[in-house]
Amino acid sequence: MAYSEKVLDHYTNPQNVGTLDKSSKNVGTGLVGAPECGDVMRLQIEVDDTTGIIKDAKFKTFGCGSAIASSSLATEWLKGKSVDEALQIDNMEIVEELNLPPVKIHCSVLAEDAIKAAINDYRAKQGLEQLVFEERIH
Amino acid sequence: MLKLPVYLDNNATTPMDPRVLEAMLPYFTEHFGNAASRNHPFGWEAEEAVDYAREQVAKLVGADAKEIIFTSGATEGDNLGIKGVYEMYATKGNHIITCTTEHKAVLDTCKHIEKTGGEVTYLQVQPDGLIDLKELEAAIKPTTILIAIMYANNEIGVVQPVKEISAIARKHGVLFFTDATQAVGKIPVDVQKDGIDIMAFTGHKMYGPKGVGAIYVRRKNPRVKVTAQMDGGGHERGMRSGTLNVPGIVGFGKACEICRLDMEKDTAHIKVLRDKLENSLLQIEESYLNGNKEHRLPHVSNISFKYVEGEGLLMGFNKNIALSSGSACTSASLEPSYVLKALGLGDDLAHSSLRFGLSRFTTEEQIDYTIEQITNTVNKLREMSPLWEMFKEGIDINTIEWAHH
Repeated sequence: MAYSEKVLDHYTNPQNVGTLDKSSKNVGTGLVGAPECGDVMRLQIEVDDTTGIIKDAKFKTFGCGSAIASSSLATEWLKGKSVDEALQIDNMEIVEELNLPPVKIHCSVLAEDAIKAAINDYRAKQGLEQLVFEERIH
Repeated sequence: MLKLPVYLDNNATTPMDPRVLEAMLPYFTEHFGNAASRNHPFGWEAEEAVDYAREQVAKLVGADAKEIIFTSGATEGDNLGIKGVYEMYATKGNHIITCTTEHKAVLDTCKHIEKTGGEVTYLQVQPDGLIDLKELEAAIKPTTILIAIMYANNEIGVVQPVKEISAIARKHGVLFFTDATQAVGKIPVDVQKDGIDIMAFTGHKMYGPKGVGAIYVRRKNPRVKVTAQMDGGGHERGMRSGTLNVPGIVGFGKACEICRLDMEKDTAHIKVLRDKLENSLLQIEESYLNGNKEHRLPHVSNISFKYVEGEGLLMGFNKNIALSSGSACTSASLEPSYVLKALGLGDDLAHSSLRFGLSRFTTEEQIDYTIEQITNTVNKLREMSPLWEMFKEGIDINTIEWAHH
């Protein structure tokens, strides 16, 4: 299977690889996927106290090139967004941006799930209720 | 001089040897006859070429030329060998014994037989990939007509104890079929010494052309017959109808001859490079060799790099190095390699595997380049892997409750 230029670019030069302090109150961590399924994504956001804007985002991913590219792209998109705006990121936007083929759509779903899991973790730390998302099969 | 891209997927197919191509060329054009045309020189030439190739093929595996039936490849050979015995010996029984790490051409043939009323026992393999001979013998019953166990595995290269298997088959009056696709031409295979009754193999895994293979069918002690799976002109002693692929057969014969004459030299060359590759890659932390190290083809190595996913790993260098992975993402089914899972490997290790298959054309420069590229990519991806970070922090990833999807 040939990869799109954008997937190759994110794979070769991944953006925002790294780890934020997960014990910090302003950091939300989402860990999704499973090693048996061949992909695990960890996505972290750091939210500015006063503005409510995501000022930093980091990821680490075990998975194929499309999974790495999806999480790299997600961190790029997250930075500078408010938490509410971040919730609007839809996996299909990732699919379109990276030209993912149908067999790789699950990578984008995983990235969307990671964003939501990170936000819920952040909300929990802030004493906010958990958001309930539609169950999806991927 | 380093020649790129590096081809290390020789278990999938080998490049054709230029000597093979040279032998084939005249049979596309000037000697184009049908080997079944008995009444003119065009047919005679073609028949003569086929007879010569049949000798070359037979000689490589210690058979008599009359025992070689040409096919389109090993998948056809597996079908013809197994279904052919099942139908021919239907009055004797309906039970077949095989194992879980066989090629799909054998497994799916067995599944087909089960649907038509046959009974199949699938032996588990041990963690090193070899079958347990005691289990094999215990699985034999009065209705058993065939044991179908591969000579060498296509993913991990382990070589089954063929002589011991055939001795057990003999003792119980059961026929022994082996899919020797990966073994013939690479290691000494001798149907007499090995006690093989039926054997499938193919040209394109041994520097010959694609689309041509053979099945060996024993003619003496015992005389074996297989029911044809295709109706037609009764070619190949009635076991395989269809106009013979003369250029392909000529090339296959030549490939067999070269393998026989050069095997010692080729093996010495390949094994040194394989061992260098393997030893270097096993220096990488948390890398594991899959399959038995001793009983193994000299050109194959299968290694898992824990905490790195196979397809992601391949992507780091697949413009320049051709390899296969046991990762689900590289298969159509999205399931990781069933062969590696049969060894008892966790899915995570199966996802993290690479299969290396060297050839007589592999060079030391290519191996050095491959070692460097893989080492760098594994390190780079581990820096990106949350699982590697957890491992380094001393967290057992098996204790985490993963959300399965």
